[in-house]
Amino acid sequence: MNPILLIVLLTLLLLAGIWSVMTLNLLKSAIGLAVTSAILALLLFLLDAPLAGVFELSVCAGLITVVFISVISLTKPLAAAEARARDHSRTKRFIFLPVLIVAVSWGLYILRPHLDLPLPPAGLETDVRQMLWNVRRLDLVGQILIILAGVFGVVILFKDQTEAKAGTPQTPDDGQRTTELDSGDAKGGTKS
Amino acid sequence: MMIPAQVLFSTGVFFVILLAVAAFYCILFSRNLIRILIGLELLIKAVTLLIALAGYITGHMALAQTMIITLIVIEVVVIAVAAGIVIGAQRHNRSLDVRALRNLKG
Repeated sequence: MNPILLIVLLTLLLLAGIWSVMTLNLLKSAIGLAVTSAILALLLFLLDAPLAGVFELSVCAGLITVVFISVISLTKPLAAAEARARDHSRTKRFIFLPVLIVAVSWGLYILRPHLDLPLPPAGLETDVRQMLWNVRRLDLVGQILIILAGVFGVVILFKDQTEAKAGTPQTPDDGQRTTELDSGDAKGGTKS
Repeated sequence: MMIPAQVLFSTGVFFVILLAVAAFYCILFSRNLIRILIGLELLIKAVTLLIALAGYITGHMALAQTMIITLIVIEVVVIAVAAGIVIGAQRHNRSLDVRALRNLKG
């Protein structure tokens, strides 16, 4: 493996991750996360994990980005004034992240000679298909159960909302709650 | 050019820790529910990279790949359900602010 390529990809992965945390626009943040996933997929290919790389690229960079963009589209955008106030507050809170990253990097660099990371003993390479279907068969059952739990969870979440919409007005104090929440200093919501 | 296993692992762990720090910062200091999910995603990416590095160095790449695939499946389900909860919370509270989720307070 080319060490320069590895360092470049790891640095790009970190920069894309920090950018997705720091950027003010949620849509750009979701795209930054997709870029992070794509770079991680490249790293997995380099680390001899092509199957995991394909999963990472198709599911994480593709499907999860679609889910995030759908959620951003389905939620209400903030008004311009609210968005400006929110951005100002957020910039103040997140300005310390680069400082923290540099401080942790420096600390790790200083402590590097003392951190002798123990490596587990090397084992024999087995075929990934054999490992997945024979050795770790129980994991597949767990995955199926988790997927079913997720599907039923999403169905129940949206079923409740549909029923609430179809029935009588939601809650008697709904208007009051909205007023209370609007008086907060920072609002959540997407920036249009 | 080959990298010694110890150097490769140390370099990888260095970047994994930095990515995890950024993810934890995002989870702890964000008030927007979607951003908290993005932080969680970043944290899972750091764990994925760590598993892949450990598998590559120890020669257990097949086991590492099965672990990563399982992790990705769990990640997708968690994000899908959490996204549904975020949409529900936004419709109920008219806000994505975590401080608005205080119906059970007290």
